[in-house]
Amino acid sequence: MKKKHWYDYLWIWSIVYFALGFFNILFAWLGMIDFFLPLGLAVFGGNKFFCNHLCGRGQLFGKLGGELKCSRCKPAPRWMSSRWFRYGFLIFFLAMFGNMVFQTYLVGAGAASLREAIKLFWTFRVPWGWTYTAGTVADWVAQFSFGFYSLMLTSLLLGLIVMVLYRPRTWCSFCPMGTMTQGICKVKNRD
Amino acid sequence: MLSKRLAAVDRGRCVACGVCENTCPLGAVRVHRGCYAAVEEERCAGCGKCAKLCPADCIEVKARAEA
Repeated sequence: MKKKHWYDYLWIWSIVYFALGFFNILFAWLGMIDFFLPLGLAVFGGNKFFCNHLCGRGQLFGKLGGELKCSRCKPAPRWMSSRWFRYGFLIFFLAMFGNMVFQTYLVGAGAASLREAIKLFWTFRVPWGWTYTAGTVADWVAQFSFGFYSLMLTSLLLGLIVMVLYRPRTWCSFCPMGTMTQGICKVKNRD
Repeated sequence: MLSKRLAAVDRGRCVACGVCENTCPLGAVRVHRGCYAAVEEERCAGCGKCAKLCPADCIEVKARAEA
């Protein structure tokens, strides 16, 4: 039996994070940890310790798909882990992230008004106004929360879909953070 | 004594997610510097648990002689 570490329970953090977004959207900012920590570990440590041990979302997929058997456990199509798809998805994801940051800027500059909604799959607008009381913080801070939570929830749903269809952690094969950190590690550790 | 079978990683397709590392009951697979999974050949028993969960399906259990 392998020794359990404190970080083996980070799947709980993932559930807590998404649950908090149903009560107060400003908690979405905590997701920035999941954004900067893997990059920091890759840039300064030259490793994927985050993906390998700290990713709560990956652990959650592992629990749901593995222990709770919510996965067909069939191999995913090969193109899903191919280089062009992984980097294509990374570029698409970063473009959507950039768009979200731009929307935040527009709200901050007064050129657009705050939209208390989240957008799922970059397309479907879902009213999410109960999680925020207007005026609590600067509008751009709230706008970023809605935008960032949209990205996080969309990627969670995508991950759950591929988890059910294929293997528990199929999302990891094309996760934009994973692609980015592996790319950084390959550049850093080039012999 | 070494097992007859062994896990072999296609390093070119490995995404270094670490599922194999976390699954292996013998601690025989490790992600090498965030680039790919590397199998410790003497330790691997060829059980195939890692191959069944690998999201990129890039691990194959082969006969030790062929790996």
